[in-house]
Amino acid sequence: MRYIDEYRDTELGKNLIKRISSLSKRPARFMEFCGGHTVSILKHGIRQLLPENIEMLSGPGCPVCVTPVADIDKAIALAHLPGIIITTFGDMIRVPGSSSTLQKEKAAGADVRIVYSTQDAIEIARMNPAKSVVFIGVGFETTAPTVAASVMTASREGINNYYVLSLHKLTPPVMKALLTSHEIELDGIVCPGHVSAVIGSGPFEFIGIEHNISAVISGFEPLDILLAIEMLVRQVEEGRHILENGYLRIVRHGGNRNATEMMADVFEPSDSCWRGIGVIPGSGLRLRERYRAFDAETRFEIEPQTAKENPACICGDILRGVKGPRDCKLFGRLCDPGHPVGPCMVSAEGTCSAYYLYGGEDGR
Amino acid sequence: MFQAKIPFTIKMIKETVMCLAIPALVKTIRGMTAEVEVGGAARSVSIMLTPDVKEGDYVLLHTGYAISLIDQDEALKTLDMLQELIDIESGQD
Repeated sequence: MRYIDEYRDTELGKNLIKRISSLSKRPARFMEFCGGHTVSILKHGIRQLLPENIEMLSGPGCPVCVTPVADIDKAIALAHLPGIIITTFGDMIRVPGSSSTLQKEKAAGADVRIVYSTQDAIEIARMNPAKSVVFIGVGFETTAPTVAASVMTASREGINNYYVLSLHKLTPPVMKALLTSHEIELDGIVCPGHVSAVIGSGPFEFIGIEHNISAVISGFEPLDILLAIEMLVRQVEEGRHILENGYLRIVRHGGNRNATEMMADVFEPSDSCWRGIGVIPGSGLRLRERYRAFDAETRFEIEPQTAKENPACICGDILRGVKGPRDCKLFGRLCDPGHPVGPCMVSAEGTCSAYYLYGGEDGR
Repeated sequence: MFQAKIPFTIKMIKETVMCLAIPALVKTIRGMTAEVEVGGAARSVSIMLTPDVKEGDYVLLHTGYAISLIDQDEALKTLDMLQELIDIESGQD
């Protein structure tokens, strides 16, 4: 058992698709929230194999993509300060701010380093006591506990030159905002498996209870996703709207208590601005008072420029599922992963990048 | 038409999927650090978020941290259930 190959079995997959096709009688529109799901669905050609009845939309589940330009500008402004080392996950450095990227700043002499883990960022802080090391904290509930862990480590070991720019976002509030807006009507949601591994299935139960929409928590291998779609189709055909867990090997009802407790110890919910959506109350995370000494925004005075986006880029509409990459005039012409205009083309989890690399059938 | 730049970009992009988490086998534990095996490669990871893991467990690895324990019984049950669903389906044909 390696927990990967078993869930990529072609024969089981083919049969699961047959079953979905025979179960599905009425048209249904599902949204996969997570960018990881979008990538897996496109990479494995799942969209093309599903019956025509079933439409799959991509949601705002790419952390880098939902980070607004103003926040990218903040990171860039921090990189300009003397004695600063910026540490961040890879795809963040290529996201365009109003007039630059962290990558361009690095080329111009700023100290910007890509790290694989917050542990690396802590190590850089340890090795460079005369410098201030800022970690750009981007990510949902999957990633936020690892950043909380780094802050607790820094606090415990007295590493007082480590700071976090917390741009973290929470998934249940944005789902609620999308469903409440009624901009798109959905029959079902494929809920994020690794966010649920941390926060548990409980926080997604409102989807069925308050919105009468079917929901299934899914893993990321092709059979996981097909199973989730099969469960959603069954719910839709039977007129049920509840949250089901299709990722039982990872997701427990209460999630990972250690992780949620550490996250709650270090962070508190705050209002947060999402690209293409706007401010959603309680959808972000800021450092709590007792960890404020590690907060980059409190520690450093920065004056980012007035945020400016490329008006032709429709990333915002794509994040809400209202438009697809093929609806964008820039897609594949002026915007590609080598020269991305918007974050949806930069990030590995971005809808545009996934469409570009693996080819999406239709515009959504 | 869109294929030309793919080899260059895929490599660059694959590194960075943020919600990507992969299964890893815990070999040894020392304090809050575990030596794990991921697809044949050895790696040192933090178990601060999963302090209860034991040697021989499978964990889900995300940006250098084990974020969840993999439940082997549930993993097998899901595979059995998939097989059952398909048996039902073939029975109907």
